[in-house]
Amino acid sequence: MPIFQDADSPKEDQNAPREVLLPLGESSLDFQRFITSKKFHFSEWLMEKLLLIAGVSSVLIILLIFIFLFKEAVFFFQTGRLLDLIGKWVYDPWDEKTSFKMMWQAVSEIPKYSLIPLLCGSFLVAIPATIISTILGIGSAVYLSEIASAKTREILKPTLELLAGIPTVVIGFFMLAVAASFLQEIFHTQFRLNAFAGSLGVAITTLPIIVTLSEDALRAVPQELRNASLALGASKWQTIWGTALPAAVSGISASVILGFGRALGETMIVVMATGNAALVTGNIFSSVRTMTANIAAELGSVDRGSEHYYALFVVGAVLFTLTFFLNLSSEIVLNKMRRRLRM
Amino acid sequence: MPELLLSLPKLRSRKIDWVEIASSLTVRFFTLVPLLVLLAILGKVFIEGSGRMSWSFLTEAPAEGMTQGGIFPCIFGTAAVTVLMIIMALPLGVGAAIYLVEYGSSSLLVRMIRAAVNNLAGVPSIVFGLFGVGFFILFVGRNIDRALQTGLLFGQPCMLWAAATLSVLTLPVIIVSTEEALNAVPQSHRAASLALGATKWQTIRDVVLPQARGGILTGAILAISRGAGETAPILFTGCAYFLPRLPVVEFLGIPMINPLDQFMELSYHIFIMTTQSINAQATRPIQYATTLVLIVLTFLLNLSAVLLRFYFRKRLGRISL
Repeated sequence: MPIFQDADSPKEDQNAPREVLLPLGESSLDFQRFITSKKFHFSEWLMEKLLLIAGVSSVLIILLIFIFLFKEAVFFFQTGRLLDLIGKWVYDPWDEKTSFKMMWQAVSEIPKYSLIPLLCGSFLVAIPATIISTILGIGSAVYLSEIASAKTREILKPTLELLAGIPTVVIGFFMLAVAASFLQEIFHTQFRLNAFAGSLGVAITTLPIIVTLSEDALRAVPQELRNASLALGASKWQTIWGTALPAAVSGISASVILGFGRALGETMIVVMATGNAALVTGNIFSSVRTMTANIAAELGSVDRGSEHYYALFVVGAVLFTLTFFLNLSSEIVLNKMRRRLRM
Repeated sequence: MPELLLSLPKLRSRKIDWVEIASSLTVRFFTLVPLLVLLAILGKVFIEGSGRMSWSFLTEAPAEGMTQGGIFPCIFGTAAVTVLMIIMALPLGVGAAIYLVEYGSSSLLVRMIRAAVNNLAGVPSIVFGLFGVGFFILFVGRNIDRALQTGLLFGQPCMLWAAATLSVLTLPVIIVSTEEALNAVPQSHRAASLALGATKWQTIRDVVLPQARGGILTGAILAISRGAGETAPILFTGCAYFLPRLPVVEFLGIPMINPLDQFMELSYHIFIMTTQSINAQATRPIQYATTLVLIVLTFLLNLSAVLLRFYFRKRLGRISL
């Protein structure tokens, strides 16, 4: 490589090469001047710096997101307290007693900003979605990488990409207009729109992620391992269960973590299909409101600088932190796998 | 030894292994599920949506409280905001990818950029919406207003900030596909160019980028399709429920997109028509038809990206042979 970089590093005096190159004639001298001239180096330097700025911009954007979410979130504590994010002691004139209420009720006489029902909703949607898409996704990944012929894969993979390309608002609309009534008839649920309908919709968006990344992980497993297993007399499926899947387990778990992060952050599907009632519940067939849906439903109607506005940024900051750490851990697991497979 | 030879045929004789059969049937079924879901969504939307579809639906504005008429302003808004978005995101994304592939060794900075890009790809889209409101509109916009004394022009939701928010969201898509395209250019071509005396930037501009054109184009198309389908980031940064006019301004006598106006958008239109319209049931045909338009749009974009990638990979493969 250093040979190629001679043109950019004018370490010696510009006149120095002249003597050396004299026998080669005037034209080569011009060429030498051409590639070592100062003006040229300036544009090289400028381009490198411009590209550096473009590269650094994504770091900058992540930092700005971090700063602006948390800056606004911190303002919440001017009036609110940390305990408010869990629940509030509220005097109930009907029961004539004070009780601890975990509610998100931003527009009321005593506004309540408990994150518990929102967290409840988010996990009640994201966990079933991740479970469904993990089971289906690993199955598909095994089929694509271990069984399907190259031709089948060439057709199936782009089809999966097309599934991933469907706008989430379309899936939300489909769940709301078609699937929700269908599901209600099967399960006889009280609410037409519930966490389960939402999680099925979210599973559609996380499935392509899990399939693609799990398949990559399975294909990264060296062929020699499979050959060794087959040579020892193991059948195809014994090889898959006993050799390929265990070797790819870190890559697969990274994909599941990433899928879970996506499921937590999914917005449009849950706004449209989960019913948007902020309840503290463990019932998957009840209406819920996720953190994302809460922001989407309320940010449009708040005044900037109100306690409600800052509370929504608190929700956003919690959401960002959760997904940030999920992404980070998925990356750490992946890096570990890459390092191990390189050995 | 003889016993072993005798037992060999026994080993070879295949018993029907039910576990094997069940497993391979199960994974085949699991692979079919996403395809069936895809078919179900597309089929339902096509069947229900084609009834309301007509030329006037595509070219007219909504009428009578959005219960009649077409969706032309939404199509126009979607096109305009994605054009603005790609103008902002493409140079930034391609530049970042060039830096990562051509200039970055495995330094700490490059690792930081990579981690940032990966994290950016995983940030929930509604958080981008919050960021758009908190940073672009209330910080950047209001400060521009204060500096230029323009009253309340930049510091409010408009197409410019919606496009900026979307461009931040699609940046990772562009960076990742451009990186892939640059890495596919054979190292020997760079070496040849440098050996001929070309500088690094000349090599990138005249040798690497022309070959990576296809991959970059694919990334741009994917980004446009992603941007056209996203709703959450633009909910609060510029979308309008209904606008009686197109976001167009006369500039030197030529009608141009007005980036400081609000706009109507396809995916947002579907969202509000289904959830916030007065009679959601009565306007179902319009909702289906709008969804059909959006699906066809993103589907065509994605399909062309897939085909382009296929074509360029094949061609690149031939070159490097």
